[in-house]
Amino acid sequence: MGFFLETLIGGLTTGMLYSLVALGFVLIFKASGVFNFAQGAMVLFAALAMARFSEWLPKLLGVDSKLLANLLAFAAALLVMVAVAWLIERLVLGRLVNQEGVTLLMATLGISYFMDGFGQTLFGSDIYKIDIGLPKDPIFLLESAFQGGVLVNKEDLYAAVIAAALVVVLAAFFQFTPTGRALRAVADDHQAAQSIGIPLSRVWVIVWSVAGFVALVAGIIWGSKLGVQFSLSVLALKALPVVILGGLTSVPGAIVGGLILGMGEKLSEVFVGPMVGGGIEIWFGYVLVLLVLLVRPQGLFGEKIIDRV
Amino acid sequence: MLYRENGQFKTTYASDQQIFPIAQDRLLIVALLAFAFIAVPFLASEYLFRAVLIPFLILSLAALGLNILVGYCGQISLGTGGFMAVGAYAAYNLMIRIDGMPLLLALLLGGVCATAVGVLFGIPSLRIKGLYLAVATLAAQFFCDWAFLRIKWFTNNSSSGSVNIGELNVFGWVVDTPAEKYLFCLGFVAVFALLAKNLVRSHIGREWMAMRDMDVAASVIGIRPVYAKLTAFAVSSFFVGVAGALWGFVYLSAWEPAAFNIDRSFQLLFMVIIGGLGSIMGSFFGAAFIVIVPILLDNAPILLGIPIDTATASHLTFMIFGSLIVFFLIVEPHGLARLWSIGKEKLRLWPFPH
Amino acid sequence: MKLKSLALVATLAAAGAMPLLTSAPAFAQAKDQFFPVLSYRTGAYAPNGVPFANGFVDYLKLINAKGGINGVKVSWEECETGYATDKGVECYERLKGKGATSIHPLSTGITFALTEKVPTDKISLLTAGYGRSESTDGMVFKWNFPLTGTYWDAADVLIQHIGKKEGGQDKLKGKKIALVYHDSPYGKEPIALLQERSKLNGFDLQLLPVAHPGVEQKATWLQIRQNRPDYVLLWGWGVMNSTAIKEAVATGYPRDKMYGVWWAGAEPDVKDVGDGAKGYHALALQHGAEPNAKVVKDVLDLVHGKGQGTGPKEEVGQVLYMRGLMAAMLSTEGVRRAQERFGKGKWVTGEQARWGYENLALDQKKLDALGFAGVLRPISTSCADHRGDVWARVHTWNGSKWEFTSDWYEADQSIIKPMIKQAADKYAAEKKITRRTSEDCQSDSLETARKG
Repeated sequence: MGFFLETLIGGLTTGMLYSLVALGFVLIFKASGVFNFAQGAMVLFAALAMARFSEWLPKLLGVDSKLLANLLAFAAALLVMVAVAWLIERLVLGRLVNQEGVTLLMATLGISYFMDGFGQTLFGSDIYKIDIGLPKDPIFLLESAFQGGVLVNKEDLYAAVIAAALVVVLAAFFQFTPTGRALRAVADDHQAAQSIGIPLSRVWVIVWSVAGFVALVAGIIWGSKLGVQFSLSVLALKALPVVILGGLTSVPGAIVGGLILGMGEKLSEVFVGPMVGGGIEIWFGYVLVLLVLLVRPQGLFGEKIIDRV
Repeated sequence: MLYRENGQFKTTYASDQQIFPIAQDRLLIVALLAFAFIAVPFLASEYLFRAVLIPFLILSLAALGLNILVGYCGQISLGTGGFMAVGAYAAYNLMIRIDGMPLLLALLLGGVCATAVGVLFGIPSLRIKGLYLAVATLAAQFFCDWAFLRIKWFTNNSSSGSVNIGELNVFGWVVDTPAEKYLFCLGFVAVFALLAKNLVRSHIGREWMAMRDMDVAASVIGIRPVYAKLTAFAVSSFFVGVAGALWGFVYLSAWEPAAFNIDRSFQLLFMVIIGGLGSIMGSFFGAAFIVIVPILLDNAPILLGIPIDTATASHLTFMIFGSLIVFFLIVEPHGLARLWSIGKEKLRLWPFPH
Repeated sequence: MKLKSLALVATLAAAGAMPLLTSAPAFAQAKDQFFPVLSYRTGAYAPNGVPFANGFVDYLKLINAKGGINGVKVSWEECETGYATDKGVECYERLKGKGATSIHPLSTGITFALTEKVPTDKISLLTAGYGRSESTDGMVFKWNFPLTGTYWDAADVLIQHIGKKEGGQDKLKGKKIALVYHDSPYGKEPIALLQERSKLNGFDLQLLPVAHPGVEQKATWLQIRQNRPDYVLLWGWGVMNSTAIKEAVATGYPRDKMYGVWWAGAEPDVKDVGDGAKGYHALALQHGAEPNAKVVKDVLDLVHGKGQGTGPKEEVGQVLYMRGLMAAMLSTEGVRRAQERFGKGKWVTGEQARWGYENLALDQKKLDALGFAGVLRPISTSCADHRGDVWARVHTWNGSKWEFTSDWYEADQSIIKPMIKQAADKYAAEKKITRRTSEDCQSDSLETARKG
């Protein structure tokens, strides 16, 4: 029983981390209808920027304090992501305005290839460290009730809290600020929004910047956990089922989807895995999504798909 | 001037409905086939065969299959790598476990096994559409990845999980030189391309296109969605399975499951999109683009004499590749095939402006 | 529109023309001995691939700085494989036409693919410390050379060491050993031997695969926490290694009960874990981190000193850098041995080089002269044994560097030899190869090789 709890908690915290990446997908899809396959590459790029700036800036500016170095690096990385967002909107999205979904998807795939290569050219392809002071050792709860206690990873717990906070901030942003309302208007209907004077390209830059910010936070947390290296961009593939499960347009859906997926993955790997030789994590999430979609084709929280003939 | 159809009158229905109604087109195709079958085996170098022509042929076969599914029937599939793996491993097991199995039959039966798996994973397409379907097909990809890594029976209980093929023997003709392998693949591709072209021109092709354009309207006028979608998956998986078997048998000779991973699926999807969705010729253009461009980019620093270290060269390849994809999508979203047909249209009027 | 179609036509024409140009085999001057270098400087395995490649290339530069192999200069070209089998095959096809006589794929997956191709192309496949374990049998695998050790040897040495720690091989009965392995041919290689050994010694073997690239290990380590194995063997590569150690820290598994194979025990794997990795053990394939070796000093003087170093100076002497040096040394020594037979100071062909690799006789004197005193033990191969003696030690990370913490071990060939024969026979039956005869071993080397 203790072990079940352990696995459950581990799954939930991993799920929150997936949701962090999934948030970026949902944001961009919500506001511009583009499924951004480049989100993973953006996470990697942001993490690389953060890791390298936190190395270079202290040397450049002679800063000693770790905290200050990290803050400066964060600010610099955020600026970089905003610049990336602006460039993507200018060079790619702006010219593909009326294309079909598949074309935009492929364009984002092209962007992800480009960013993978560019990020590694600029920042290097070694494993880099991000140290924001998250504790790495585990804590053991309820040692009296269960033998050995229930293992909870402190780092994952902090990450989950940060992710939750981010979601609350984003939800508030969308709901209560005028920019948020503009974003929702654009998501509803591009043409209508344009006709009432909402500047489309500026909205898209904002959306991609926010997604870049989310990617940066995700990159920092994952990078602090795993080290910043190339496989971070593969994480995007893990976030896909989360997005689909939760529904492409729902922010709370991304969280719930992440939790369900994380839980399901870890529990299945630990309890069902050994019976079939292990390694079922790679497909479990997708098969779960497949089964859910068969019942609810729009995902758990997505908008119902209406076909007009 | 050269490409005018003046004087080419059709007197029978059959001649009116042929694949290449314009005589110059027929001439061009015959010349191309003759060149490919007769001249290339003597002209090309071994490197060209091994690294460019054979992968191009096999991947264009797979792209044909994927184009049928994505371009003609509108079902986005990211599980192509998995279906290729099914074809390859099925063919391998048939060869290993049945004595005296002819190579051709093994390859085709490998395709049939891929068909079965494809139809199975195509069933969700009856409920799920668009992007959601793409993610659902990823389930097929990752499940196949895992199955071939874990289930030892598929790899003949090899301790390493790697399989290898003995010599290729087609009714006594031993296929071992690069030129022979090239001809072998070319034969397959020629036959299958003809098959694909005729399928998409027939009533089933029209059913597929109807499902792609407006599936609800299509079912209203009596096209059965189950039949159309599942046959699309079936035919596509057959092509892809045979291509996978060829990839393993002819190109790699020894492979592990990672040879058919998700990168392969993305690569094929790129080929189809860049080449042109819904176009048989487009599959070939796309395959040529995706096969040749990385090799060019890898070799360019050496050819131009600029010394770049391999890491930077590899990153540059990624960057240029990504930019080219975006560039093509902006310039011509309908792919290279559309550019080709625009070119042909202009050629029909040349030298007159209109 | 016109511009677009012109651009398209130009691109297609260039695309059509280029391959015809690249196909012309750029034969290096017949005087240079060419070595293709398959490396990966990008991708998930780059952190470990980069120091190896730097070591390999630096050694080749050192050979040239010292005057070449009996006067014959060496040349090389790197090709990026990204650890992917199909790119490895493409690199091989491109570089083999330049007069290559041997190749180090640095990937078990690529090894399997190239094993099929090297007999026709007459290029020796050197897989020092990896590759197919059964290719030790040179009577079946004429062109494969898993010099200095394979994964069966590695697994055997690890079990011996663990047995020693427990107080005797008999004390292994009832113990639990978990293998965390990369789900690829590389990671699966040791399983056969570990299963044999578990039957023999009575320990409980748990197999935990980790999918490429190896960053998802949370479930794996939760299972380890549940089962509490006495020891964990790590068969990872690239980022999988550092992730495993990080997860061990996160789940509280003692690092000093973890033993990595010789590809899972290098600086990139432990550096960014920092103090958490203290006490982690790994196998050392003869050498560990050797900052004081003479060959390292030579490289620093003659290569880095002249500004020709391939990588950063701090990397020289690290574990994987030394591995690269050793691999390049084996490549060039095989050529040198072939020159002794077929003409000193002359360029050797593939067949001749193969004879050289099959008749390596690197005694301690020769190794010391090359600068590997105290680093490597004598290596000699024969027709039946393409691997040579296996010597390994265990080294431990103390937080800032690797220190040797055991004596020399030799792999127990009584278990391994029958396994090799069985697997080699199976391969020969599958591919319809007849085992070479001993006459074939001698005659083929003298006459056919001389014909080149």
